[in-house]
Amino acid sequence: MTTVNKTTIKLPGVDLQVLRKGSGPQVLLLHGDDGPEDRLPVFDRMADHYDVIQPVHPGFAGTAIPEHFDNLQDLVFLYMDLIDHLDLKDAILVGFSMGGWAAAEIAVMSTQRFSKLVLVDSVGIKPGGPFDRDIADVFALPPSEQTRITWHDPLMAPDPATMTDEELQLLAAQRVALGFYTWEPYMHNPKLPHRLHRINIPTQLIWGESDGIVSPQYGQALKNMIPGASMVVIPKAGHAPHVEQPEEFMKHFLDFAKS
Amino acid sequence: MRTWFFTENAYPNLPDADSYESIRVNLPNSHFDPDTGADLYHMYLDMWCAADEMGLDIMNNEHHQTATCMVPAAPILLGILARETKKARLLILGNPIANRKQPIRVAEEMALIDVLSRGRLECGFVRGVPYEVAPANAFPYRGSEKLWEAHDLIMKAWTHHDGPFNFEGRWFHARQVNIWPRPFQQPHPPVWITMGSANSADQVAQRGHTGAVFLAGYPNIRKIFDGYRQSYLENHGQDAPLDRLAYCAMIYVGENEKAAQEGANRLLWYMTSNKVATQFNNPPGYHSPSVAANIMRGTTSSSGLPLVPKLDEQMALGNVCAGTPEQVFQQIKSFWEYSGGFGNLLMMGQAGFMTFDETINSMKLFSEEVYPRLKELTASYDPGAMRELRTSTPDVQTVDIGSLATQFVR
Repeated sequence: MTTVNKTTIKLPGVDLQVLRKGSGPQVLLLHGDDGPEDRLPVFDRMADHYDVIQPVHPGFAGTAIPEHFDNLQDLVFLYMDLIDHLDLKDAILVGFSMGGWAAAEIAVMSTQRFSKLVLVDSVGIKPGGPFDRDIADVFALPPSEQTRITWHDPLMAPDPATMTDEELQLLAAQRVALGFYTWEPYMHNPKLPHRLHRINIPTQLIWGESDGIVSPQYGQALKNMIPGASMVVIPKAGHAPHVEQPEEFMKHFLDFAKS
Repeated sequence: MRTWFFTENAYPNLPDADSYESIRVNLPNSHFDPDTGADLYHMYLDMWCAADEMGLDIMNNEHHQTATCMVPAAPILLGILARETKKARLLILGNPIANRKQPIRVAEEMALIDVLSRGRLECGFVRGVPYEVAPANAFPYRGSEKLWEAHDLIMKAWTHHDGPFNFEGRWFHARQVNIWPRPFQQPHPPVWITMGSANSADQVAQRGHTGAVFLAGYPNIRKIFDGYRQSYLENHGQDAPLDRLAYCAMIYVGENEKAAQEGANRLLWYMTSNKVATQFNNPPGYHSPSVAANIMRGTTSSSGLPLVPKLDEQMALGNVCAGTPEQVFQQIKSFWEYSGGFGNLLMMGQAGFMTFDETINSMKLFSEEVYPRLKELTASYDPGAMRELRTSTPDVQTVDIGSLATQFVR
């Protein structure tokens, strides 16, 4: 098994950390609120088939939020630079949760360098009205409730009691980064629904059936906004189906990616 | 020494704390009875008016969505006091300008109060406590940058008298700014800012504003005040005037020790009632990751308030002064000397269920028997002599202060 290649790519204004593994067609993987996915089995499984390129959103995994950054748009433009820098061609764009939102923002600007788009329990839109709680307010929930809505199996949740100080501080810093990119409008861009029609590559949504942050119904609404998109729902999985049901997740991912 | 009477205007008539998750943010307002609330507002205003008559100055503040403080808009109560009081200076500490979306509106409100009171306003600006983040929907990351940008805009709005200007900052934008009224005091009302570390003190000292510290106690006061004094000297080429530093302690004066202890224990409601849910204590971006991690682990209270406060410990720390007039004077004097001196004492003199009468009794004893001696004490202030005294007194090694180690900025 090859190891993860950790590099720093100098882009205008940001030194971006990128984790890369495997060979084959390119996959640009945008991680979610839990940080980089490179320690997960699913990352290795993908690397068995693909050249998996995973940038670390600045603020995650111990990296700094650039001084000039204000919101998710800065992340999106940073990745436009990265995509050009790496000269991606026919890559598969994959995003988890807030990474899915970033992926959708990238795709509505241009799909030229991508062959397919995969959105996993993604946020980014707000289907309901001002009083509807479309996306759970993760910053206003007690830890127990947060665990309940995030995971199908609550035992999957990280337990602060068993973590080292360093791990806990990393988790705390990642919460800052998540809040930084998603605070207001909360986890969505009101303009995105008016732009999603521009996505002209095959798109697959993969969703955890027990996701309490963004429900499968929310996923359905997102799917309906993207021309020709399809969606699979994975049972016994919450907001991170690739963590709770990696086999099932990989099966769906490969079925779509290789089709 | 100026002493500022302060009460947070609590609504203490709550069910058992075990029946709710948090006294802040999400406690349903069905627990607020408007009739009781009206009585309380009038009682608190009467207390401040009594302070005015006793020769004390007045301080108020605001919090949101909490039974610990019924004032979500401090300028409204201060506006009433501008009309109802005669002599007291009126300190608002303060306007949470990192959380408010319109700094110009703050500049206008403050100018109005300053004019109405004929120049008795002292205007404080604060970053706000962590549990203000949700009610304000203000992401706290870079909060102090936001505070200083709003501050700069407000100062300009107060002091610019030649017609409109525009402002296009990182956080705030304003068009054709030209406030009416302008402040009564020229060039502007005195400005206060809360500080919780040597670093935040440096920012305040650079601008020459008054820096206020809440309940930092013996363990923290020196590094904050020293930070201020050092920065003031470097930036202004002279010693910081005594009136640029303020300390807030909880104070109860009784006729005898027993009465004082009873009163002080009731005052301690301010600390014991502060049950706050973790998610509101620890919003992302407010605390440093190391402090946030400790809160996630459950070993630190994020408010800076102790998890389980006890009166004797709080007195030892310098957060509570309680006793007979002689004892309270000695306690304040000791802390004053240890800290290197300050010109403003913010007297949290009422909390929780404390009645009008028991509050007034303490205020009276304070103003008649403690205050004159404090004024004498500070009148004798000599920076050189204080420096010598300060050097000859070693730093106090106190008991475990883990629960108080968190930066406490109101």
